[in-house]
Amino acid sequence: MTTNDLLGKIFQIVLGLAVFAAVIGLILFLIDRAPKRGRDWFQLALFLGPACVLLAVGLLYPAVRTAFTSFTNRAGEFIGIDNYVWMFTQPEALITLGNTVLWVVLVPTVATGIGLAYAVFIDKSRGERVYKSLVFMPVAISFVGAGIIWKFVYEYRPAERPQIGLLNQIVIWFGGEPVLWLQEPFVNTLLLVVVMIWVQTGFAVVVLSASIKGVPTEQLEAAELDGATNWQRFRNVTLPGIRGGLVVVVTTITIATLKVFDIVRVMTGGNFNTSVIANEMYTQAFRAAEPGRGAALALVLFLLVVPVVVYNIRVLRKQREIR
Amino acid sequence: MRFTRHRRLMAPVVVAAALGLTLTACTGDIASDEASDVDCGPYESYGTFDDGTEVDVYGTILDAEAELLNESWADFESCTGIDVVYEGSDQYEEQLNVRIEGGNPPDLGITPQPGLIARLAEQGDLLPAPQAVADNVAEYWSEDWAAYGTVDGTLYGSPLMANIKGWVWYSPAMFEENGWAVPETLDDLEALTAEVRDSGAVDKPWCVGFASGVATGWPGTDWVEDFVLRQQGTEVYDQWVAHEIPFNDPAIAEAFDSVGGFIRDDANVNGGLGDMRSIATTDFGDAGLPIIDGACAMHHQASFYEGFWPEGTTVAEDGDVWAFMLPGTEAGANAVTGGGEIVAAFSDAEEVVAVQTYLSSPDWANSRVSLGGVISANTGLDPENAGSELLKASVELLQDPNTTFRFDGSDVMPAAVGSGTFWTGMVDWIGGKSTADTLDFIESSWPQ
Repeated sequence: MTTNDLLGKIFQIVLGLAVFAAVIGLILFLIDRAPKRGRDWFQLALFLGPACVLLAVGLLYPAVRTAFTSFTNRAGEFIGIDNYVWMFTQPEALITLGNTVLWVVLVPTVATGIGLAYAVFIDKSRGERVYKSLVFMPVAISFVGAGIIWKFVYEYRPAERPQIGLLNQIVIWFGGEPVLWLQEPFVNTLLLVVVMIWVQTGFAVVVLSASIKGVPTEQLEAAELDGATNWQRFRNVTLPGIRGGLVVVVTTITIATLKVFDIVRVMTGGNFNTSVIANEMYTQAFRAAEPGRGAALALVLFLLVVPVVVYNIRVLRKQREIR
Repeated sequence: MRFTRHRRLMAPVVVAAALGLTLTACTGDIASDEASDVDCGPYESYGTFDDGTEVDVYGTILDAEAELLNESWADFESCTGIDVVYEGSDQYEEQLNVRIEGGNPPDLGITPQPGLIARLAEQGDLLPAPQAVADNVAEYWSEDWAAYGTVDGTLYGSPLMANIKGWVWYSPAMFEENGWAVPETLDDLEALTAEVRDSGAVDKPWCVGFASGVATGWPGTDWVEDFVLRQQGTEVYDQWVAHEIPFNDPAIAEAFDSVGGFIRDDANVNGGLGDMRSIATTDFGDAGLPIIDGACAMHHQASFYEGFWPEGTTVAEDGDVWAFMLPGTEAGANAVTGGGEIVAAFSDAEEVVAVQTYLSSPDWANSRVSLGGVISANTGLDPENAGSELLKASVELLQDPNTTFRFDGSDVMPAAVGSGTFWTGMVDWIGGKSTADTLDFIESSWPQ
């Protein structure tokens, strides 16, 4: 790359921004000069238009195209539901589906559970902020980074060589033999789940801690005066009070877990029976050159995410109505 | 007030200046090559073109390799006036299709997969090689290589660079000390493995690593391919790769079991790295290093492994490490697997033909190989130009008229197998899955 190329690129960026500003300016200008009759409709169309166009191009069209692709083979010919039949009959694909279920069951519950307990225990304690930021730190680490860190934790070396993996070193301290952690089916999936929980717990703690602070002190005091024990107060006052926060945390983590790809990709590449839907989707579509199968997996993933999103929106809307 | 306004202006200016300086540092302003001291004699036959004549070349070669590629044809450019514009992409295959469909194909494509050449030729996207290229291929390339640029009897592309797989790395000093001899046949290799195992001089005879990030498993496919070619011969190999015999054919099972005899046995692997199962998680780049510690005796890997030895390791017949070619069933056998690129054209403009002809000539092969790191199977290549002892040995092997060359099978098979189930199949197989189950699994995934 020479300076000329660079200048050319900078010029392109500036030009792009200028065109963008011009288009926005034109739209605003037109809105301002809208005819009196039907002004509302005109303005509505112009304000919503760009967003709708972008949604159609960036979301709607790819979704429809993916749905269509899922019924074709690699040559692009229509083959009916063969890709779905493959997904639900191949033992390898079934393991993938099973693993995804395991992930979705374990990660949200454990991460939210630990996060809630932690948030309650550190609430109003001295140094709360420090404790909170300690747990929150993994959230700032990318999934790929977390995967690499934990891959080192699970790293294997033969018994006669110095261990570089923390887990195997601990095993040796207790007199055991080093284990190929990431190659033991089932255990390896659980070990990957641990990484996801490690990343997500901080998010749960921060949101739930804020919710707990939002529970009115009057209600807690009233319960105390009525002779409720700590547990009863938590169970009957705090928990209902933070329901909104809990739903947000659980649904957000569930969606993140359904989409999990990086951790599996980095740590095992989907080998040793650890693959999940998102990883298999990528592998099929881009490595095995089977876009139809990849699209079918993407569609199933989409169908799994939809109810979670719908539930999330409904609960939040209900809460708003209560307020 | 004045101060704040001042600051308000300063910050963006400083940021912009810093950004500008940083970006300038990324650019490499190189004075255009002085054309004066180039001897244009060899390039006269390609003709001269008007300044600004461009030929777009598209390929998979990236970064430092791409720079060397540009360097290799710099003299050609300054003598002929053609500007060869190379663009590399790690999504070559996909993007090439996009560009063809969009009516914007490159002038020349450098394709590392013969399968893709065949597909493009059948779709009618490729132009048959011009006469000058065909003449070069006939003169300077073996029939095996020419065949990979040929579809249905028509030559479409010329080979470019090459690499050889199947080297077995070892420490000459260790072999000498223990009185081990470089094997002449596969039976010798088996005997040697047993001898090394029983001698107790090293931890295990072999060290192997299949891990390679998302491509984990490919080193295993190289093992199998080498054994299929050596034990079953070229005919079975070609049938296997083209799926004229099923993947679970008994001939392939035999090759798997032979490989298993070497590396699917805890007594033979994994020198200094653990047991058999550690193969799947040992990085291919680290797998050969126990040879230096004296923990293992042999490591099977392609010629590029030369670059993986720690700094200061001499790679030579009398150095720290050296390699012998995986032997055949009989002494003096000479079938090797490897890879390379095919240059094919999407345009027949005069300047494109000139570039294509140049790339198929020994002139280019010598120019590029002299820059180091790679070799070519061009028989007009002077082995002395190769950058290292091993590359020199590889060139001599490739130029030997008795050598049979076959493309790495997994690069020729459809991606669903060649870079999909064949890889994962090898991982499962080394983890203990039976040969029959592994082969059935791969066979069932072959696209219909």
